[in-house]
Formats: sequence, structure tokens, C-alpha cells
Amino acid sequence: MESYINLFIKAVFVENIALAFFLGMCTFLAISKRIDTAIGLGMAVVVVQTITVPINNLVYLYLLKQDALSWLGISGVELTFLGLVTYIGIIAAIVQILEMILDRFFPALYHALGIFMPLITVNCAILGGTLFMVERNYNFTESVVFGAGSGVGWALALIALAGIREKLKYSDVPQGLQGLGITFITAGLMSLGFMAFSGIQL
Amino acid sequence: MKPETKKILFDPFVDKNPITLQILGICSALAVTTSLSATLLMCIALTTVLAASNASISLIRHHIPNNIRIIVHMIIISSLVIVVDQMLKAYAYETSKQLSVFVGLIITNCIVLGRAEAYAMKNPVGLSFLDGLGNGLGYSLILISIATIRELFGAGKLLGYQILPLVTEGGWYYPNGLLLLPPSAFFIIGLIIWLIRSRRKEQVEQADFVIKKNIHRESM
Repeated sequence: MESYINLFIKAVFVENIALAFFLGMCTFLAISKRIDTAIGLGMAVVVVQTITVPINNLVYLYLLKQDALSWLGISGVELTFLGLVTYIGIIAAIVQILEMILDRFFPALYHALGIFMPLITVNCAILGGTLFMVERNYNFTESVVFGAGSGVGWALALIALAGIREKLKYSDVPQGLQGLGITFITAGLMSLGFMAFSGIQL
Repeated sequence: MKPETKKILFDPFVDKNPITLQILGICSALAVTTSLSATLLMCIALTTVLAASNASISLIRHHIPNNIRIIVHMIIISSLVIVVDQMLKAYAYETSKQLSVFVGLIITNCIVLGRAEAYAMKNPVGLSFLDGLGNGLGYSLILISIATIRELFGAGKLLGYQILPLVTEGGWYYPNGLLLLPPSAFFIIGLIIWLIRSRRKEQVEQADFVIKKNIHRESM
């Protein structure tokens, strides 16, 4: 149990997927102007990440890995080279299905999160989470924890940046740094702050 | 070369740079730039994928049904990335290990999908290819300059060769360790944007709120 909590803390703070691995930067910089939209997108990422990472983990363990097809009686087959196209296909499909389910059963939630759904398919934090899971050989439970943790970490960074930017718009920024430039520098300072978490272990 | 073709190829270098103006493809720009050799490999991989995907999407642009176009793009792009990934694993295994997941992440690199959506869906094959090439090179330009700064001043090396002799090895240069850590990438890109925008005034964004002149003090 303790190792799972440790993994979660590590995924949220120490190896924050936005500020230490720079994943999902495009949306991170583009959708961080207002706190409420940032919260919406953050929630959507947490949900999608918690679902897609474990599912891709199952696909990897039981379809793609070396000798993974042995439960079908086929051995010696390795399909890892098909990994990338499979993962992105699964992510796109899940996002689409989730959008339809939300639309049908939870219309209020759909109105809050729906507009972010198409953005999520091409968010590299989602595919990145899956690829890290494969690279680090997580088992199923670990992949659930890692998926949730990395999603929460990304959402946390996004909402914090949005908070800073909302305050920042009243300040006197040099002309050339206006907008994108100052956002980069802010994110850099945040990343510096998050580095203080490195080395924390339970 | 006709002037408009030239414009398509060279505009993305500074005037319409994918990273500093269009905010596309930033993830890998930040992550892989700690060493120049990894960066060069990444640039080659991305430019190849971008040019090839733009050309092939433009080739079938009249046959893609509009409502499933994103999935079609994804399939084409990820197939190309798989080819590039396998090539890198075969011929440059060490560096491809260093790039870790970022070669795979070219699939979701917004430059590739962004150019496919914005350009290749509407333009003929030759021009789309050039647009892909131009954007790939514009991306490479920024990445290589960041990587040069980070590796040269962070470790005193370029491409693994010692350029500035380090103090620890009897030289005179104290390496700036911060440049090898994640935050420095943000600062360097921020400063590059500042540099470009102080030259190209038209790229400057308007402030949401302009601070009023302090009339009170001036009247005194």
C-alpha cells in the first residue's frame, strides 16, 4: 500500500508531468488564462488519464508485449512496434466514447467538460502517461495509481498557472514579453518551485 | 524559385515560427534540448515526419470525410512515427534511448496535426510538402539554438566535445548546472520570444489592461 501512495506523491509532485517532463505544454500555455476553464480542462484530463493509462496497460500486457499472446496459445510473438498506433487509437476512441456518455447521461458535466474533449486526444500528457507506463513496466494497479497521479499533477500545475496569470494581467510587463513570453518565464519559476519536491519519499 | 514558394518555405523561420508565434510543439522543444546530439536527431525525426505527413494528407485531402478527419490524420502520422522510431532504434540506439518517449510523442506534437489541419487539407501536394519542410526547419532552428546554449554553458560541451574547460578538470569554466535542469528551458524560450518580438513589433500581443499614466504626480 505504501509503495502506491509513494508512487502517487511522486507522480503528482516530484515528477510532475507538466513541469518536469513538459508534457501537454501546448494546451498548458493556451488554456491557462482563466481559472474556471483551467479547472474544467484539469478535471477532464484527470478523468481521461485515469481511464486510458490502465486500459493501455492491459493492452500492452495482454496483446503487445513479448510472448503476451501466450494466453491464446501463441508464443514468440512480439507486437510492441504496433504500440504507438494502438495507444493513440485507444485514446481517441475512449475520448470519443466518454464524450458520448457524458452527453447522454450527464448533460451538466458535458457542458462543463465537453468543449475540452477534442483537445485531449492531441494532448501529449495523455499519450505521454501511457508511454511512461510502458517504459517503466508498471503492473495494472501501479498503472491506475500512476494514471490518476499524473493527471492530478498536470491539473494542479495548470490551475496554479492560471491563478498566477489572472493576477499577472494587471501588472506592467515589458512589451515584447507580453502574453506568451511572460507565461514561459512564469512556468519556469513554477518549475523551479516544484523542483523543491525532488527527493521526497514516504 | 518563385517568390510565393520561397515565402512558404522561409516564413516559418522567424516571421511565423511554429514555436515562438504559433505556440505549437513546445513539449519536445523543452524536453530534449539538454544535449545537442539528441536535439539534432529529434529535429531530423520531426522534420521528416512533418514533411511526409503534410504531403500524404494533402494527397488524399479530397477523399477524407470531414467528420473523421482527425482520426485519419492520427493514423497517418502515427504510422510515419513508427517508421521513424524503428529507424532510430536500428541506427542510433543510444541517442534514441536518451530521447525516451519523445519520439513517440511526435504523434501528438501539435505542429504536425496543426499544419495538417491548417495547411495540408487545403493546398496541393508540392506546397504542403514545402510548408512541412519549412515548419520543421523553423522548429529545428529554435531547438538547436536552445540546445547549444544549454549544453555549452551547462556542461561546457558541444556534441560531447569539451569546448570550455571545466574547473573540476583544471580549466577555468564554472558550469552553470541550472541550464541542464528543466526550468532553464522555459527561461531560454521566454527570452528568445522577447528577442524576436523586440525585432518584429507586429508579433507583440496586446495587453489586456494598460496601466494608466500617473496623472497626479505629473501635474505636480
